[in-house]
Amino acid sequence: MADKVLMKGNEAIAEAAIIAGCRHYFGYPITPQTEVAAYMAKKMPKIGGTFLQAESEIAAINMVYGVSSAGKRVMTSSSSPGISLKGEGLSYLAGADLPAFVVNVQRGGPGLGGIQPSQSDYFQSTRGGGHGDYRMIVYAPASVQEMASLTVKAFESADKYRMTAMILADGTMGQMMEPVDLDALKVNPAPEKPWATTGTDMKREHNIINSLYLKPEELEKVNFERYERYKTVEANEVMYEEYLMDDAEICVAAFGIAARVSKNAINVARAKGIKVGMIRPITLWPFPKNVFKKAAEKAHTFISVELSMGQMIEDVKLSTECKANYVLCNRVGGMIPLPEQVLECIENAAKGEQK
Amino acid sequence: MDYKRITIVCGHYGSGKTNVALNMAYEQKESGKDVSIADLDIVNPYFRTKDSIDELNRRGINLICSDYAGTNLDIPALPDEMYSITDNKHKSFVLDIGGDDRGALALGRLAPAIIKENNYSMIAIINMYRPLTRDTDSTVEVLREIEYAGGINFTAIINNSNLGADTTAQDVIASLPYAEKISKAMNLPVIATSVNEKLKNELIGKISNLYTMNLQNSLINKEC
Repeated sequence: MADKVLMKGNEAIAEAAIIAGCRHYFGYPITPQTEVAAYMAKKMPKIGGTFLQAESEIAAINMVYGVSSAGKRVMTSSSSPGISLKGEGLSYLAGADLPAFVVNVQRGGPGLGGIQPSQSDYFQSTRGGGHGDYRMIVYAPASVQEMASLTVKAFESADKYRMTAMILADGTMGQMMEPVDLDALKVNPAPEKPWATTGTDMKREHNIINSLYLKPEELEKVNFERYERYKTVEANEVMYEEYLMDDAEICVAAFGIAARVSKNAINVARAKGIKVGMIRPITLWPFPKNVFKKAAEKAHTFISVELSMGQMIEDVKLSTECKANYVLCNRVGGMIPLPEQVLECIENAAKGEQK
Repeated sequence: MDYKRITIVCGHYGSGKTNVALNMAYEQKESGKDVSIADLDIVNPYFRTKDSIDELNRRGINLICSDYAGTNLDIPALPDEMYSITDNKHKSFVLDIGGDDRGALALGRLAPAIIKENNYSMIAIINMYRPLTRDTDSTVEVLREIEYAGGINFTAIINNSNLGADTTAQDVIASLPYAEKISKAMNLPVIATSVNEKLKNELIGKISNLYTMNLQNSLINKEC
């Protein structure tokens, strides 16, 4: 195992981005994601890349827009309040059909909130955040190895579908250290980008990257076309992990750090004879709807374990058509649910069904 | 281990300096010394010495650290109690310094008094498995930056090469040549190879300067 390195989640994202061919990073420091920028600041100058600490988050996301227009793999990272500032840029990237990689290492909110971990930007990342009809592919890593592997995946899917792919992590994922096998990362080179502003060589008309459409008919047409592309994403890009779901009568839904905590609780509950399993969405959009729908054939109760006031639970209810019982098991404000709390929710759900 | 009155523990992020510092404080307390531990990290608000406050209280070790460590206030604050490190010469101190040149700036405030008294050791904690300190050159570069910012030169090295909870005895053995090379490059002794106490039986007799440690509990892997 000597080829493994011990990395913080934030560092794993930065190194994986470099491995994925990203040579352009624009950001602005904010806890708990600052190590992404710090790592890039140390590494990019040594490999001929660009690290630029922008004057603001808004500037950084617009620099991403520029480099992406020129056809290069590019990224920015921030934490919750900073992602809100980037909201306008995310909408413009979507309107211009530009691939981009954006990292949100979430902290407690709303407002300035706090610096401790949170998952309360689920709505912001899966429902919009910026204005207009658009989607982002949202990945939710639950280990430092996944912080790396999903970073590579995000660059590839962003290029493939010409849209923003986001890593939605939390402060714990960003700060915790685990061994990472970087050699395991397999990277597909970026595809040809005939739409980019990389020069015409006098062989074609120049490309224009823009999100403004003068005629409403045209704007409607590109919106419909874009949503056809999103349908392909929904069909092809769903990722999830099922844990002990074969005979599960109680289904825990959790992602990221909440899934790590839940797994411990599920193991204890199983030892007590409770038929409980977990579905861990790895993509939050597209959401693994069909897996939840199928789970509802056997499961009477769904427990959504979240570091929010209950955001993903809405997707769990929609996917299962509100046919089961639903329980929210949560901590917020920078607090993390303990396995004991999750176990209590599982045991209550098991007792409730016996009545 | 032999201790000077002040033991300064420095190293890059993730070298494991907080765990080494805690164990040095435990050891001194057990030998009957009046010891305090000072968390002078002004950079990273996550995973602090303060996470071990219950254990330190249980052992009767005083913790000097910013009131804001582990809270939501993200400012580089230092506690006024830090001046007792150089003022109170009847006590022993272990200093846990932040993980890079910016972190080590906090040490610079105390450096002139520490050097004048000349009863200190300044220990470099190294970890071969961290991405930015994988070889001799990069490690020496990071350590020189810390010396420059902190205003004190290292006096010794502790090899704390580890892969977190997954560390095997073989991983530790594989890091010995790395530590030797840095020792030569910096002309400093490797005074210990520090490992999780769980690896003690596998490594005893194989490593002459073995130093076993109690590690801080991880919330994430906590059992019910």
